[in-house]
Amino acid sequence: MPDALLSTRALVAHYGDFQALFGVSIDVQPEEVVAIIGANGAGKTTFMRSITGLIRNRPEMVVWKGQAIGGLRADQVAHLGIAMVPEGRQLFQSLSVEENLIIGGQMGRKGPWSLKTVQDLFPILKERRHVPATALSGGQQQMVAIGRALMANPEILLFDEISLGLAPIVIKSIYEALPAIIGEGMSAIIVEQDIAKAVSVSDRVYCLQEGRISLQGRPDELTREAISAAYFGV
Amino acid sequence: MTTLPNTYAISRSSRASRIAAVAGTLVLALLIAAPWWAGRADMRLLSEMFLYLSLACLWNLLAGYAGLVSVGQQAFVGFGGYMLFALAIFAGLSPLAAIPLAGLLGAIVAVPVALLIFRLRGAYFAIGTWVIAEVFRLSFAQVSALGGGSGTSLPVAIVRAMASSRSMREATTYWLALAMAVIVLAVIYLLLRSRNGLALTAIRDSELAAQSFGIDIWRNKFVVYVLTAGLTAMTGALIFLQKLRISPDAAFSVNDWTAFVIFIVVIGGIGTLEGPIIGVIVFFLLRETLSDLGTTYLLILGVVAIAVMLKAPKGLWGTLKERTGLELFPLARRVVKKKN
Repeated sequence: MPDALLSTRALVAHYGDFQALFGVSIDVQPEEVVAIIGANGAGKTTFMRSITGLIRNRPEMVVWKGQAIGGLRADQVAHLGIAMVPEGRQLFQSLSVEENLIIGGQMGRKGPWSLKTVQDLFPILKERRHVPATALSGGQQQMVAIGRALMANPEILLFDEISLGLAPIVIKSIYEALPAIIGEGMSAIIVEQDIAKAVSVSDRVYCLQEGRISLQGRPDELTREAISAAYFGV
Repeated sequence: MTTLPNTYAISRSSRASRIAAVAGTLVLALLIAAPWWAGRADMRLLSEMFLYLSLACLWNLLAGYAGLVSVGQQAFVGFGGYMLFALAIFAGLSPLAAIPLAGLLGAIVAVPVALLIFRLRGAYFAIGTWVIAEVFRLSFAQVSALGGGSGTSLPVAIVRAMASSRSMREATTYWLALAMAVIVLAVIYLLLRSRNGLALTAIRDSELAAQSFGIDIWRNKFVVYVLTAGLTAMTGALIFLQKLRISPDAAFSVNDWTAFVIFIVVIGGIGTLEGPIIGVIVFFLLRETLSDLGTTYLLILGVVAIAVMLKAPKGLWGTLKERTGLELFPLARRVVKKKN
């Protein structure tokens, strides 16, 4: 296997006494889109937070370009080029749409994304740039969250539950925009409950079940039966 | 939507904020001239209001913007006051020189304090700050050169050397208090308009997201804490320069320097720059009209605080802003048509 961009090595995570992840190992190659599916409570969000440093781990459990980063703080991880579209969007409610984007770009990493290119991708964000971010509709807020992450010019973009709480038509349009977003030589990890959506855009799929990987493979190798068995554990 | 590229510009000011700037300048001019039109008692009251305004704005920055809910800011008020006395009495410094130095020392002492209490979160942080303030009070009560538990007065010679006459000295302390309030407002305003201000607001809204975009939360909060401590200590020095007497109980009073200050900020509107100004006016109106009632006055303060928290949780200014979109200190950026 070629050198992975990002790997986790037997990643374990705890919330107090509760263990959420039991030795999860995944690899993401450069320019690869990996989907992580799993039911509620399978550990998907915990997994994302471990990668981004929101949950601290033993250093060697998360490896970025051969470097052990599991012990870094979230802001240090962000500087490496790992950006997240968090679950529930987590927009900065007292800032305008544009200010939210500016915060995303405040590390000053070089790359294709700027205020202008993000606003070209989502023209509504230019039109409504002075509106408080949370005054937008759910779908538009998700665009702000995605745009804000792009502004960081990351090498890998993590999407945590992008379709949660959004209307199906909005989900559809966001998934249609994904190739344009990820196309620029970027890798991505997509965490989803909607299996079909996740499988349709990804190069590889991992299924998490109760903190362990229950299935992995290329979308065309996985049968519907295998996925539901791995998903529900039946 | 197509617009010509140079017909619009980004501006932070609005009509209301420009009117407020003009009105503010006029009020400031009027206040600077107070020694010529106001009586001695009025000037004392105004000075006290300015110093409370400073404390309230600083606490608001700490709690309302940086999310550091401290109930121990009296540590720095008292520390600043004691530093003024110590520098004047032992080092023979003029009080005017001792005030900024007291502020600097306050900021320096805040560094180890921050390292200690930043390990605590939420309610534990609040209690931790209070404990620190008590440690300060007990420590200063041990210093017999500064009068120990019963305190000390600023020597007459030092007071006399400040100005040629009593009225001149009173005018000087008045102007210092006014200057302090203006400096505090200016520093906070500039901080919030800067990149740091954007980061602070982001942290307040979502720590998780702010961290994920490379904002070092600890460093941002640390900077605010130390800056606030320094300015609080300077304010404390001025408070006790006006009182001319200091004792541990007065200097580190949680009621005077934290409870009333929180009242002011909560009533006015936490997390807004205008809130503390409104809060100070309301607080002093209540105090000046009701203080003859003794403890009943404190009960009324409590009732007012509860009523505002229930009916207008964003404070008087926060509620007004929500209804009208008014903003006197323009922090948000907006688009305006360029005048050609």
